[in-house]
Amino acid sequence: MSALEMPSSGTEEVAEDSLARPQRSVDRLLAGNAWLVFAFLYLPILVLAVYSFNDNDRVGVWGGASTRWYGEMFTNARVMDALWTSITVAVVSTVIATVLGTAAALSMERYRYRGQRTFDGLLYLPVIIPDITMAVMLLLFFVQAFDLIFVATGVQLSRGVGTITLAHVAFNISFVALVVRARLSGLDGALEEAAADLYASRWQAFRRVTLPLIAPGVAGGALLALTLSLDDVVIAEFVSGAGSTTLPVYVFGALRRGVTPLINAVSVLMLGGSILLVLLSLMVSRRRDQQ
Amino acid sequence: MSTTVPPPEVDPDLADPAPPPGPGLERAAEKAESRRGFLVGLPSYAYLILFFALPLLIVVIYSFATRSIRGRTVLGGWNLDSYGRLLDDLVLDIAWRSLWIAVLTTVVCLVVSYPFAYYLATRPARIRGVLLVLVMIPFWSNLLVRTYAWRFLLSSDGPFTSFLVAIGFEDAQLLFTPTAVMIGLVYGYLPFMILPLYATIERLDHSLVEAARDLYATGWQAFWKVTWPLTRPGVIAGSILVFIPSFGAYVTPEILGGRGSTMLGSYIARQFIGTASDWPFGSALSVTILLVMMVAATAYFRSGGKNL
Amino acid sequence: MRVRWVAVLTAGALALAGCGREVGADDGGDGAAATDAAGAEDGADDGGAEQPQAVECEEGETDGDLLFYNWSDYMDPDLLTAFGEEFGVTATEDNYTSNEALLAQIRAGGADYDVIVPSDYMVAIMIEEGVLLPLDKDAVPNASNVDEAFAEPPYDPDLTYTLPYQWGTTGIGVDLEATGPDPEATWGWLFDPDMAGDLSISMLDDPRETIGAALYYLGYDPNTQSEEEIQEAADLVAEADWVTTFTSDQYPELLLTGETEIGHGYSGNILDNIYGADDPDRYAYLIPEEGATIWTDNMAILGSSQHPCTAHAFINFILDAENGAQLTNWTFYASPNAAATEFIDEEVLEDPAIYPDEDVRENLYFLENTGESEILYTDLFTRAQG
Repeated sequence: MSALEMPSSGTEEVAEDSLARPQRSVDRLLAGNAWLVFAFLYLPILVLAVYSFNDNDRVGVWGGASTRWYGEMFTNARVMDALWTSITVAVVSTVIATVLGTAAALSMERYRYRGQRTFDGLLYLPVIIPDITMAVMLLLFFVQAFDLIFVATGVQLSRGVGTITLAHVAFNISFVALVVRARLSGLDGALEEAAADLYASRWQAFRRVTLPLIAPGVAGGALLALTLSLDDVVIAEFVSGAGSTTLPVYVFGALRRGVTPLINAVSVLMLGGSILLVLLSLMVSRRRDQQ
Repeated sequence: MSTTVPPPEVDPDLADPAPPPGPGLERAAEKAESRRGFLVGLPSYAYLILFFALPLLIVVIYSFATRSIRGRTVLGGWNLDSYGRLLDDLVLDIAWRSLWIAVLTTVVCLVVSYPFAYYLATRPARIRGVLLVLVMIPFWSNLLVRTYAWRFLLSSDGPFTSFLVAIGFEDAQLLFTPTAVMIGLVYGYLPFMILPLYATIERLDHSLVEAARDLYATGWQAFWKVTWPLTRPGVIAGSILVFIPSFGAYVTPEILGGRGSTMLGSYIARQFIGTASDWPFGSALSVTILLVMMVAATAYFRSGGKNL
Repeated sequence: MRVRWVAVLTAGALALAGCGREVGADDGGDGAAATDAAGAEDGADDGGAEQPQAVECEEGETDGDLLFYNWSDYMDPDLLTAFGEEFGVTATEDNYTSNEALLAQIRAGGADYDVIVPSDYMVAIMIEEGVLLPLDKDAVPNASNVDEAFAEPPYDPDLTYTLPYQWGTTGIGVDLEATGPDPEATWGWLFDPDMAGDLSISMLDDPRETIGAALYYLGYDPNTQSEEEIQEAADLVAEADWVTTFTSDQYPELLLTGETEIGHGYSGNILDNIYGADDPDRYAYLIPEEGATIWTDNMAILGSSQHPCTAHAFINFILDAENGAQLTNWTFYASPNAAATEFIDEEVLEDPAIYPDEDVRENLYFLENTGESEILYTDLFTRAQG
């Protein structure tokens, strides 16, 4: 944090690739604002984390320090079920979405064909659509589809882990495609053209040259998909079925029922997961910069 | 195969022997490329048609359906009643409130984020990296958890209310108000404003800014005449990224809002999984909110921003 | 391009196939109601839906895990675990917050819960809609434990579809520091600006209960079908802008943390929390004298249940004398199980808030199915909520 307090020497200290510093008084103001923003961003989370060690059922009143809520969390069947469901859905939907999203990105950036613009529009829609609308859409879709399947075959399907996964893939394809496309459009086509000449088949050219080149983009997209899937509340709430809650949906429901520090402990767990993903994505992007 | 030109030597190990040259072949090759591109994208395209376009169509269809006396949806008796209800006082109130809260959230985010992003962009590279990571962490953290943090802070036995009571506001009620919802939204979406702003500011041409400083009498003028217009794309991008989720927010108002702070998202949800049970009406609402978003997004794309 | 046309055509086909049909109308078991399309012209009236066919189960037979859909804070987790262990199945519980929300979930279809717990009037509605499975009484011998008073409920006269779970009242939880030490038992605490104006209040997120409270206050029948009366009640709710939030499960917590001073809610939940508080004498549960709702919640099996035999085993398990008592001792609601009485805690049995006296009972009313007016309650409540 001492970095932030680096005194401005009055003369403009321009580091190689940063914008010129504003004058001193303004700089002070900006710094002050920055401090406040960081405080604003972090204090609530920190307070939340601290109170997860609250040895009192009523979360707002401090009753001494204890780690019992963490113990409870790991022995609580519903929490563990929800955690398992969340992870399963996230991993499966990420894998599928990454494959489909990368294919979509390649299709958009490296080829030209009719109907591409429609596809382009379709690819962007899940990104701008509000969660609640998407949730409603998918709920109605599954209701209607299961209805028809029942009429046609007599088999009554039900919503559950499968439908949540299908739903998550639906919006994640677009996000993965977005990231990979950004990567693709920044690449020099010459390398790939050379590869096309060099290798016998397109597939080989792709595997040996294109894929490694876009790998950081693919990894970034996959991480984004993983995060979005783990974070999703609304869509999961709408399309989940009996006994198939994800962790955020569980927390959401629990919040409306009655809060104990158990929720804080679960929250800290979720935060920890997010931080892990941030660090992973950083490692990925650092490697990307190195290429 | 044309016989006017002797075929080149073909290495039998290669999978695709080079085709002999000729005008018809170029078109054939292009068509093959084109088809390949289509095929590569086909699985994703098909998936999105099935699980996105089709559901969207279904919602549109439902918005014209009827609701039986028992509250069930009947796919018949098609009508525009649900859309007519959009003009009800209550709905307009909620829509207006959602708009107002979303706009306010966006403005607050902008006012707070711009100086912050500017500060970030003017630090030396190493420090910038660290600060960026510090901003990213809340960005990637679960929105639900971050919203809960505020529910906790704003509750009656939480620190803020205690402070207000201590300085004399006896009946301070922070939770379950539109203010609480706005705080929650600002908190949730601040990073969405910071990052695009930072990206734009960071890419500013130093020489332009310096020239402006030489040119104009005050720093403020230099900022307003030069820096601000140049960073406008970032402002627009950030604003859209904050406005869209704020307008359609569901989780935040559910947790932090109460009576009198119902927003469109909660209202729509109630039509499907809550007590209201009116699918055609809920569908009409969903379609409308989607159209609003598409208008906003089109504005964004028109203004030149393509990278989110 | 072609793909898009295919999509449009498919959608069109879907729409046509669904034309005039009610969504989710076929919630029954084998072949029920698939062709029971509602008239498309008026599109308003549902015909009587076909009932799901009964299943035969042996006592104690199970056919898979239990999916239990219940009100929140309404089942002792130890009891659920005990059931799972005794029968070798996994029992999971999901929660809903009102009868209407329960119905909405069932209508949305595809959520195949086994056992649900609807209230009296909702049972009547569900029977009409044909979503409940007729019980195989052979699999539920403990049904004989049910108290006589609950043996022939008007909404399910022969207990064909349901068996009672718990019963209780809906009233008001108050913070005595805000109301004074001996508060009047009246709905005025929710609706009278002189009494409630400065207080922070929560009401149930439940159309029948909340409009019902206003109806009691106005002196009307809580089961009225008169649109004017319902509207008047809804207006009263709309004008009560001191109501901070509508919630059906947070109200005890809000009361005890001081977020609210008055909480409209159910007897057991309020009492459970009061007794567990650090300062129980600070709070009280009031049953307003203008009239209040007494209700019976019932266990029922969904027609679409995939594990009906396990469901029967569960219902039988709950109706066991000791289990029934354990349930009441945990939830603080009254038990309709006569055999359980000897195992229920003394203090629970003698608590007039849990087991109201005769004279209080005279002022208690059951909610009933109001038929076509149900939609009025729901719609006007949604408007009043804001």
